[in-house]
Amino acid sequence: MHEGRFFYVFISSISRQPQIRGRNMSKELMSQQDLERALTRMAHEIIEKNKGISGLCLIGIQRGGVYLAQRLAAKIRDIEEKEIPVGSLDIALYRDDLHIRRQQPVVRRTEVPFEVNDLKIVLVDDVLFTGRSIRSAMDALMDIGRPAAIQLAVLIDRGHRELPIKADYVGKNIPTSMSEIVEVQMKEEGFEDRVILKKSDSGEEKGAA
Amino acid sequence: MLRSKDLLGIKELSLEEISLILDTAAGFKDILGRDIKKVPALRGKTTVNLFFEPSTRTRTSFEVAAKRLSTDVINFSVPTSSVVKGESLIDTALTVQALGADFIIIRHASSGVPHLLARHLHAAVINAGDGTNEHPTQALLDAFTIREKKGKIEGLEIAIIGDIMHSRVAKSNVYCLTALGAHIRLIGPPTLIPEHLKKTGISVFHNMEDGLKGADVLIMLRIQMERQGKGFFPSTEEYAKNWGLTPERLSLAKGDAIVMHPGPMNRGIEIVSEIADGPRSVILEQVTNGIAVRMSIMYLLSGVKR
Repeated sequence: MHEGRFFYVFISSISRQPQIRGRNMSKELMSQQDLERALTRMAHEIIEKNKGISGLCLIGIQRGGVYLAQRLAAKIRDIEEKEIPVGSLDIALYRDDLHIRRQQPVVRRTEVPFEVNDLKIVLVDDVLFTGRSIRSAMDALMDIGRPAAIQLAVLIDRGHRELPIKADYVGKNIPTSMSEIVEVQMKEEGFEDRVILKKSDSGEEKGAA
Repeated sequence: MLRSKDLLGIKELSLEEISLILDTAAGFKDILGRDIKKVPALRGKTTVNLFFEPSTRTRTSFEVAAKRLSTDVINFSVPTSSVVKGESLIDTALTVQALGADFIIIRHASSGVPHLLARHLHAAVINAGDGTNEHPTQALLDAFTIREKKGKIEGLEIAIIGDIMHSRVAKSNVYCLTALGAHIRLIGPPTLIPEHLKKTGISVFHNMEDGLKGADVLIMLRIQMERQGKGFFPSTEEYAKNWGLTPERLSLAKGDAIVMHPGPMNRGIEIVSEIADGPRSVILEQVTNGIAVRMSIMYLLSGVKR
């Protein structure tokens, strides 16, 4: 999960969705089983759309996207009985809000141990929100090589796009208000697998992407 | 997060800050292995190299690091500047800042100059070596290299060999590596080991053979030729005989010990070519890691709120 964007918190006047009242209130959007099923379906969709997995790789955006990419890769391996290359991408240095963020993003590893030139890349992220992270990720990928194509897989699409970006594979569409936070919790980070919707406290910055 | 807008010395850093710089440098090292070795993170910022002492590798390393972060770099060379016309240090620095510098990388023959300038400037001041005080970025790149090669620093036996007294590299290394949990052995003639460094966690040896036994890491220091004839050691020949690293002496250290040198090397004096160019030497990797560590420092300083 990326450390979110604090400034959206302040522009939350228009909210079309019912809001969660009170502090520390959260609602479960996806259970462990929902998450598992969504990933299984996405794995099948990726294989179907690309007519197999030849020339295909998965690259997860640090951090939540990395775990999801690894899980999708495991599912694809089970279905196709072939390995699919998996990498991780850190977008901190490509963000468009470095100079205005209250908290500097942590720089994590970018590990793409294969040539991306002429590969089809499925970029994997946990939450699609404004689309700005994906813009940064595409810039970062172009500095690594020249892929044949980039597709996008996200577990949650919460709307509110600020750039012309659309996901090719979506686990679940969830309409949200700007003041809410979508948090994808995964066992790789010591949680139980689930997706929750939280009302943002001003200090809280998790989950928005 | 770093607490200060400046990087003045290891003494001024907490263990958490040292660890943050090293962890972040790992992400920057990934970039150095690519075809496109540049990221847009600090686009529009300006870095000024203000070197009042000769330096090729440190200045170039900072220049490369600054350019890979997309900052513009200006090398302010002192012999051609107003300094020779008598401009004061602070005036020079204020002028450089007024030209739009966001980062000022400073090296000066007097200890404490970066600290003085940091108080007068709102730009980030990075110490690239001040007198006999500190050379913090060298110590951080050494720690990064050791961690990369050995997997950890805690519990390692690290020998620092040579002119400890005049070496700012040695002092920064002592502060940095002891903070990270290493045990330090200072090896050199009694005239060149300062009393104030003889503390807990630090052993002193006046005999190379004793000091090297079982060491994991050997940090050789440059013998400062400019101090020859000033009574600290009789001759370079004698220095090489007593304190030079030879294959026989290296064989006393652990079988997987690595050899480091901050450069520039005096081949045949503190280190023989056979070792400098041999499989145990990580000297050129230190140079590459220096870029990653300096990128990490500049990036982290850019995030400090003021």
